Amino acid sequence: MSQLSERPVEAVVGLPLPHESAALHVTGEALYTDDLVVRTRDVLHAWPVQSPYAHARIVDLQVKPAYDVPGVVRVLTSDDVPGVNDAGVKHDEPLFPDAEVMFHGHAICWVLGETLEAARLGAEAVQVEYEPLPSLVSVREAIAAGNFQGTGRHLERGDVETALTTAAHVFQGEFEFAGQEHFYLETHVALALVDEGGQIFVQSSSQHPSETQEIVAHVLGVASHAVTVQCLRMGGGFGGKEMQPHGFAAIAALGATLTGRPVRLRLNRTQDVTMSGKRHGFHSQWRAGFDDDGRLVALEATLTADGGWSLDLSEPVLARAMCHIDNAYWIPNVRVDGRIAKTNKTSQTAFRGFGGPQGMLVIENVLGRCAPLLGYDAMELRRRNLYQPGHTTPYGQPVRHAERLEACWSEVVRGGEVERRQAEIEQFNAIHPNTKRGLAMTPVKFGISFNLTAFNQAGALVHVYKDGSVLINHGGTEMGQGLHTKMLQVAATTLGVPLERVRLAPTRTDKVPNTSATAASSGADLNGAAIKNACEQIRERLAQVAGSRLGLHAHDVRFADGMVRGLQGGSLSWDDVVLAAYFQRVQLWAAGFYRTEGLHWDANAMQGEPFKYFAYGVAAAEVEVDGFTGAYTLRRVDIVHDVGDSLSPLIDLGQIEGGFVQGTGWLTLEDLRWDESDGPHRGRLATQAASTYKLPSFSEMPQVFNVHLLDKAHEDGAVYGSKAVGEPPLMLAFSVREALRQAAAAFGPVGTSVDLPSPATPEAVYWALDEARSAAPVPSSFSLSGV
Amino acid sequence: MDNALPAASAPAAVDLAFTVNGSPAKVAVDPRESLLDVLRERLDLTGTKKGCDHGQCGACTVHVDGRRVVSCLTAAVQVDGRAVTTIEGVEGPDGELHPLQQAFIDHDALQCGYCTPGQVMSGLACMAEGHTRDDAEIREYMSGNLCRCGAYAGIVAAIRETARRTGH
Repeated sequence: MSQLSERPVEAVVGLPLPHESAALHVTGEALYTDDLVVRTRDVLHAWPVQSPYAHARIVDLQVKPAYDVPGVVRVLTSDDVPGVNDAGVKHDEPLFPDAEVMFHGHAICWVLGETLEAARLGAEAVQVEYEPLPSLVSVREAIAAGNFQGTGRHLERGDVETALTTAAHVFQGEFEFAGQEHFYLETHVALALVDEGGQIFVQSSSQHPSETQEIVAHVLGVASHAVTVQCLRMGGGFGGKEMQPHGFAAIAALGATLTGRPVRLRLNRTQDVTMSGKRHGFHSQWRAGFDDDGRLVALEATLTADGGWSLDLSEPVLARAMCHIDNAYWIPNVRVDGRIAKTNKTSQTAFRGFGGPQGMLVIENVLGRCAPLLGYDAMELRRRNLYQPGHTTPYGQPVRHAERLEACWSEVVRGGEVERRQAEIEQFNAIHPNTKRGLAMTPVKFGISFNLTAFNQAGALVHVYKDGSVLINHGGTEMGQGLHTKMLQVAATTLGVPLERVRLAPTRTDKVPNTSATAASSGADLNGAAIKNACEQIRERLAQVAGSRLGLHAHDVRFADGMVRGLQGGSLSWDDVVLAAYFQRVQLWAAGFYRTEGLHWDANAMQGEPFKYFAYGVAAAEVEVDGFTGAYTLRRVDIVHDVGDSLSPLIDLGQIEGGFVQGTGWLTLEDLRWDESDGPHRGRLATQAASTYKLPSFSEMPQVFNVHLLDKAHEDGAVYGSKAVGEPPLMLAFSVREALRQAAAAFGPVGTSVDLPSPATPEAVYWALDEARSAAPVPSSFSLSGV
Repeated sequence: MDNALPAASAPAAVDLAFTVNGSPAKVAVDPRESLLDVLRERLDLTGTKKGCDHGQCGACTVHVDGRRVVSCLTAAVQVDGRAVTTIEGVEGPDGELHPLQQAFIDHDALQCGYCTPGQVMSGLACMAEGHTRDDAEIREYMSGNLCRCGAYAGIVAAIRETARRTGH
């Protein structure tokens, strides 16, 4: 057990506590960025002028008519940018496009008004002359045109060619699958003010305040120390507020500096959906070889991420996809090529899993399609290909704790009564020609840490006041994942004080600088370790004070439950020790720092050990499909998931349930449709609202939903033995997709391999089962054509 | 863009008098203003959230004369002379939480919290309407409220438990 992971007996971590803001949420008192507007005087409101073309040259832009609209104060254009006209870090994303619009909905300029209505009318009055240009909307169009961006990647192990030549069974296919709209309920919002001396203060719904600060600074042409960014909390982020908030914050900040008044930029839902990036859809081509025992011997794949109009985070998303194409399976010979298509769509970005789900979906699709052709039950095929202790990933990292895959698997089989239900389903399907059930199990192995080693660092600031109360601050942001709750628990545990003695201050760039995004599931690992580090510094100083008072060596005192006790007897209250320390001129605050040790990654070779550890989980899902409509119900879900020694079990269970629900949405409901026609609205997102973009609701919840944390799951490499939980559970939803595939296959003859689109909407399931119904029995080796 | 609203000159303001959380409110509104915007931006009641602004997510749910409405699709002028209850009016006179609010906390029925005020207002209505006989009925009558974080299991549990304890 490492010093980092060792947990004291009387620990506040591990207690099932409600979310730290729960009481504020249920009363409506919790403040989000847009709630600050009514608490701010003289605010101006911003409205964009958006392109009606997927791709066009801006021939002329006349903003003067906007100034004739009553209440319009200022129109912001590229001419107003004193610094760098770019909203990203790759310098391929002009904040104000002054030559070309690159997607339908692209904002050309912004109007500031005394009211939102004035700004809207002002934006209507702006005159733009466009010269439409040819556009590439689908990933297939971009592939055909050879239109790629960024750096392509190659990952290789073993000898794929020989393995495929000698494999007993070889299959190949093509599989394109959709992205996902974040639909955080709180849309993008920023509120910017100029303080004295030109100091800019931006409140932003941002998962990455440090980068928001950096981009506001470069747009304004000022140094980072002239910009402060604060994020109180977000009404959901899911990755959509990792890179995307920066430009909006910069617009608000630019407006505030030019007008001297606070500027509020809050997107309405239509603007948010049409302007902000989404999960990348992918196109994949694959060849897979198996031996006679159903074991994978080789996988060859080409992944094409649909990046949209600019790079944003597409390169690291692609890298993570490639690093997760193995999911939880040992594949001795692997060759994966990855590339990023450039299309005239929103710039696709981070979304919970960050490419991992896309990579894993490819191999789960391969196994789901090949199992019937190999004559295996899909469950058995997956299980026999699971990683075993001693295996390494295609990029050369040992799969530590691989035995936990089998542990999760067998616990789901047992707790989920899988064998009994499989027999029942067989009977049910035999007597119900028009209704079929399917039960599938899928594993998750997800690498924890940012792929890029440098991002794996964090800072914290901990103050102990003279009265013994504690205020903590760290670089992570709260988006509902319960990070702040866990951080309070870590601080209370390390200092040995009751939870109510610790308060947490909002995330701000002037408290902790140069932070990484709250992303990659790493918020608690990184910031928790930084807080622990800061608290340990303070505790060691206080131990000296307490030790001298008790006549003991500082090593012989222990902090717990608001008391400082000597191992040989004697005790002092925490408050007394703190006050004594103050009068002895002992520093009662500390800055903490953490960097994850042991990581290395060669991004060019795609080799190394980029992850501190892997998070594991297994899910079993049972569905029932109606043969007349393709409509289905999710009858039961059983999950066992590895969160290490949980920091906060109630929070972790919520993350697992929520992640699963969101993954099920991506894979079965949420159908992004872009106008790919040659009509006047080419490139327009046709699903701009919850009316046409189906999000998971109460109605789609599993009828029975059992979620358990894996026992005896201590993780040596993370704070108090815990594991990250934000992203991995999303991928447990593969079980639903595979169950639907199996139910659809049950409409056809034994051995039917079902080609299931993603998302597997009821309509898609209907067409799949209809094809299965009319299928002839299939030979044992043939070529699968894709969707 | 084709989804921008048409330009129009502002119509004359309308004087509106109604009750909010038991207190009288008087405000001159644009007849096009939604109840949601009036609550949030004119009366400083920011507990009610704007999620989709299309009546599709339920985050803006409030009660008008005891019945739930989505305030984004309710014109403010429609509540003239009526009684509106928002999330700020749910607590007891001494600030004690309503049992449903407490149950949301106990069952971890929230994550980011943005949909929570709307979920609580819908949950209260669901109980008052008698639509809490079993989980399936709770789901059906809560289906207008989205939770993107997916805290549905906790929300159903909170409503089920509160309905049982309070005799709904």
